[in-house]
Amino acid sequence: MTRNNTKNKIIKMIIENVIEARGLTKCFGQVCAVQNIDFELRRGEILGILGPNGAGKTTTMHMLLGLTTPSSGEIKILGLDPDKDREEILGRINFSSSYVSLPYSLTVRENLLVFARLYSVKNKKEKIAELLSLFQLESIKNIPIRKLSSGQITRVSLAKALLNDPEILLLDEPTASLDPDIADKTKKLLSDKKDRDGTSILYTSHNMKEMEELCDRLLFLDHGRIIASGLPEDIIKKFGGENLEEVFLKIARKEQAQV
Amino acid sequence: MEIFYWPLLDLLMWGFISTYLSTFQGALPKFIGFIIGALIMWDILFRSQQGLTISFLEDMWSRNLLNLFVSPLSVLEYICSLLVVSIIKLVFSSGMMIALAWLLYSYNIFELGIYIVPLAMNLIVMGWAIGIITTGIILRYGQEAEVLAWGIAFLFQPFSAVFYPVDILPPLVQTITRFIPSAHVFEGMRYVISTGTFPVEHFIWAVVLNIIYLILAIMFFCWNFKAVKKKGILANVGE
Repeated sequence: MTRNNTKNKIIKMIIENVIEARGLTKCFGQVCAVQNIDFELRRGEILGILGPNGAGKTTTMHMLLGLTTPSSGEIKILGLDPDKDREEILGRINFSSSYVSLPYSLTVRENLLVFARLYSVKNKKEKIAELLSLFQLESIKNIPIRKLSSGQITRVSLAKALLNDPEILLLDEPTASLDPDIADKTKKLLSDKKDRDGTSILYTSHNMKEMEELCDRLLFLDHGRIIASGLPEDIIKKFGGENLEEVFLKIARKEQAQV
Repeated sequence: MEIFYWPLLDLLMWGFISTYLSTFQGALPKFIGFIIGALIMWDILFRSQQGLTISFLEDMWSRNLLNLFVSPLSVLEYICSLLVVSIIKLVFSSGMMIALAWLLYSYNIFELGIYIVPLAMNLIVMGWAIGIITTGIILRYGQEAEVLAWGIAFLFQPFSAVFYPVDILPPLVQTITRFIPSAHVFEGMRYVISTGTFPVEHFIWAVVLNIIYLILAIMFFCWNFKAVKKKGILANVGE
C-alpha cells in the first residue's frame, strides 16, 4: 500500500503540469512577439526557454507572471486561472531577473524582510538567515542595495525569489552578472531545489552550456514560435550540431542571413 | 530633499515677503498671518501629492516595480501603501514647517483652532487624488511624464483661491472653483479667520468632491495599469 502510494506520488510528480499554456499569443499592433505557442512545465522539472533576442522569451515569461496580457490563448498555473486567482498564484510562485533590482535605500536584510512580509513568510528571521547564508550574503546584509555590485544584487534577488519556497520559479537570465564560481553554485542550488523540493523552474539564459547542463527540457523560440522542443540532446541532434551553442549560432546566423 | 529642502525654501521666501509687507500700515498684518497660514495649508496638499508620487518614482527608479507586481500585492494594496508613506512624509515636512513658522515669524497655525484639522484632512485627500492620477500617467507614459510629479499640483493653485478670495476671480473661474475641493478648504479657512465659526457648507462640499476625486483617481490608475499590461510595457517602466 505504502509502496503504491509512493509510486503514485512519483508518477503524479512526473506528469503533473504546473503551468499549461495553450495557443498563447501576444501581438503589439501588427507585430506578434509570441504566436500561438503551446507548452507545459511539469512539477519538479527545469524547462529552459532559449532563442535569439526578440524571440519572445521575456514576453512569454511576463504573460505567465501577469505583467503582460495575452492577445489570445489560455494559461493555467497550478491548475488555477491567473485572471481569477492572481494573488493565490503569485503567493506560490516567484521570479528573479538580473534586469530587475530592489529598493536602493534599503539594506539587503531590510529588502528581504519587506518581501518576506509581502509573501507572508512564516519564521521570517530564520528563513532570511538561511538565505543569507546560502547566497553568501551575510557579510553584506547591512549594506544598502545602492552600494552593491550587480552580481551581489543578483544574489539578493535570487534570495528574494526563494523566500516563499515557491512551487514554481521563473528565472530570466538569473546568472547573467554572476562570476563563474557563484554562477556554478547557483546552478547547483537550483538543481538541488528541484530534486529535493520538487520545485519547477522556467529558465531563460543566453549561456547555452548552462542551459544544456541544467535544463531537463528545452523550448527553442524564434520569431515568437516554437521551432523545437524536447531534451537538449534531441534538439542538438535535430539541428545537427556538436552542442547547444552551435545549434543556437546556426539558427541565429540563418536568421541574420535572411534579414 | 522633498521633506525639508523645498518646504524650508517656500517658508523662507514667503515669510520674507510677508515680513516686507508687514512694514506697511493698515489692515496688512492680518493679511500676513493669513498668507503664512495659506502657505502652510497649500504645502500640506502639495507634500501629500508629492510624497505619494515620489514613493512611486523611487520604486520605478530602483527597477523594483516588477518585483512588487509579481508578488501577491494587489494594485489597491500598493496604492494604500503609497498613501501611508505619503502621510509619514507629510507629518515630518508639515511639522517642520509649522515649527519654523512659529520660531521665525511667531505664527501659530493652531490659533485657527481645532477647525484646522478637518480642513487640512481634505487637502491631504485631494493631494492623494492628484498623486494617484500623476502616478497613473507616469506608469503609462514613463520617464517623459516624470516632470508632472513636481508640477501637476500647481495646476490647481490658481483655481484653489489659496492667497485670495474666490470673489475676486472672473465669473467663469468662480464656477470652476466650486468643483475644486481645495477652493472650499481655503474659502473655509478665510471664513474661520473672519467669523471664528466652522464653515459647514464648504466642508461638506470639500468632502463630497474629494470622495469623487479619489474614486475617479483610483479608477484612472487601474485603467492605466490595465492598459500598460495590455501594451506589455509594465516591465519597461522607468527604463
